Amino acid sequence: MRKALIEFRNVSFRYEENSPWVLKNLSFTIYENEFVAIIGHNGSGKSTIAKLVNGLLFPQQGEILINGITVNEETIWAIRREIGMVFQNPDNQFVGATVQDDVAFGMENRGIPREEMIKRIEETLQAVRMSDYRLTEPHRLSGGQKQRIAIASVLAISPKVLILDEATAMLDPKGRKEIMDTVSELSEQRGLSLITITHDLAEVVQAERVIVMNQGEIWAEATPREIFSKRKELREIGLDVPFVAILAEELKQVDVKLTKEPLNQEELLEELWTLHSRT
Amino acid sequence: MDITFKNVTYIYQRNSPFEHKAVDDLSFHIPSGSFVAIIGHTGSGKSTLIQHLNGLSAPSEGEVHIGDFKLTNEEKPKNMKELRSRVGVVFQYPEHQLFEETVAKDIAFGPENFGVQQEEIEKRTRHVIRQVHLPEELLERSPFDLSGGQKRRVAIAGVLAIQPEVLVLDEPTAGLDPRGQKEIMDMFYELHKQEGLTTILVTHSMEDALKYADHILILNKGKKFMEGTPVDVFSQREALQSVQLDVPEVVEFLIKFEKKIGKPIPFHNQSMKELAEEIQQVVKGVDLHE
Repeated sequence: MRKALIEFRNVSFRYEENSPWVLKNLSFTIYENEFVAIIGHNGSGKSTIAKLVNGLLFPQQGEILINGITVNEETIWAIRREIGMVFQNPDNQFVGATVQDDVAFGMENRGIPREEMIKRIEETLQAVRMSDYRLTEPHRLSGGQKQRIAIASVLAISPKVLILDEATAMLDPKGRKEIMDTVSELSEQRGLSLITITHDLAEVVQAERVIVMNQGEIWAEATPREIFSKRKELREIGLDVPFVAILAEELKQVDVKLTKEPLNQEELLEELWTLHSRT
Repeated sequence: MDITFKNVTYIYQRNSPFEHKAVDDLSFHIPSGSFVAIIGHTGSGKSTLIQHLNGLSAPSEGEVHIGDFKLTNEEKPKNMKELRSRVGVVFQYPEHQLFEETVAKDIAFGPENFGVQQEEIEKRTRHVIRQVHLPEELLERSPFDLSGGQKRRVAIAGVLAIQPEVLVLDEPTAGLDPRGQKEIMDMFYELHKQEGLTTILVTHSMEDALKYADHILILNKGKKFMEGTPVDVFSQREALQSVQLDVPEVVEFLIKFEKKIGKPIPFHNQSMKELAEEIQQVVKGVDLHE
């Protein structure tokens, strides 16, 4: 049995008294080394979850445990050491004049010795494949490169869990793919839990488990493949259905029998090739 | 209004060490009533091009014709204000330009500047707020109390209230979620059809260009790189990749399909249903060319 890393127990949250509940009696668990995607459209409550995890907000009802410790004002400083977050707009999270200064910033705040800092800057920049940019000014980087630096900065403080809150929303499809490949590789190498919060279904394919949020509640919790098959329902709650899922549906209509729900173009092509070579 | 660029060059900071050609010998023609997508990277000259459409910039060399208006380096139209009342520009993040106390006042700002009568302004305000799918109740609210998506719609309503014939959209969906993006683009498409507008969409999204435009213009380093219908343009994947531009997902799929299965399915902007049928015929061994 895997160890629970993040536990939400009957959590309800609203921004102000008398305003509607943003999260309604929410319970779920995320385990060590797990890769979970949380999806939902704007206003579904998904970003509020991220802010509750590291104590930027506190719930009015229920309890949140990180590594078995309840999140409250006394424990947040210890908890924030365990959690690394990367947000949507890369330009809002740069403080350093060069890439390496920026990666050093989080470590400086934690009083990590210089020798160790130098080592970690090298390691983390290598991990996100940005070693050549150590002395570059952040504003000269592309959006995708900036987000990789933001990820390196967070990795440098060795968190147990990495949360990407719409971290790829402002990137083009290529930049998105780069980031998702980088983080899923990293989470495997480093035994890091990974939570990606997104409205882009194409981004959940690598996750082990998907939590779909709608109006402050868990609407579904399943594997990406199961989620992809619920096309009609996904549209109803305002999510875009990926190209492959739409095409798979149309193929079924014209009697092309697929053995499983394809998650990407490669899987679909593999099946089509098998069908073709049989004829 | 027809739009024509004849050998247009625009040079920033001429005769200085910083001299820079943002647009270089650009020629194209946009017939009245078309929906054109302009695609290119940052620095490709898209923004400079837009500034020529309502006379914010005049060409350093060459000629720009917008309907009967002519812009050259020597002559600017005398009735520039009229040109600007006929070409509406929705700039990037237009909600940053909201400033009035109420939504109604913000929408009225444009037409007031063009000397439209008060009664007419009120009529237009009620009309455009419906066109952007916002409830009339919002008219008396402060624009700053609205959500991001609503603010953007208010700013767009302000441009529509001028009743332009040409609508220029500079990345109108930047920063919105997929549902918001689709709603805004569908709204512009509806307006384009209903009002018989000439619409010029500057975008990074190949999917939007494919879905809405009937003509695509691709810029690279200030020059025209490619021009044509979506089918023409997106069939030339290698050329697009040589300037680091992607193709829509369906085109990507068709290329991979040919590689894997060994038989081509040509791209003709087919619907998903048509595509599924074409795939079915290939995998079941029916030759498409018979």
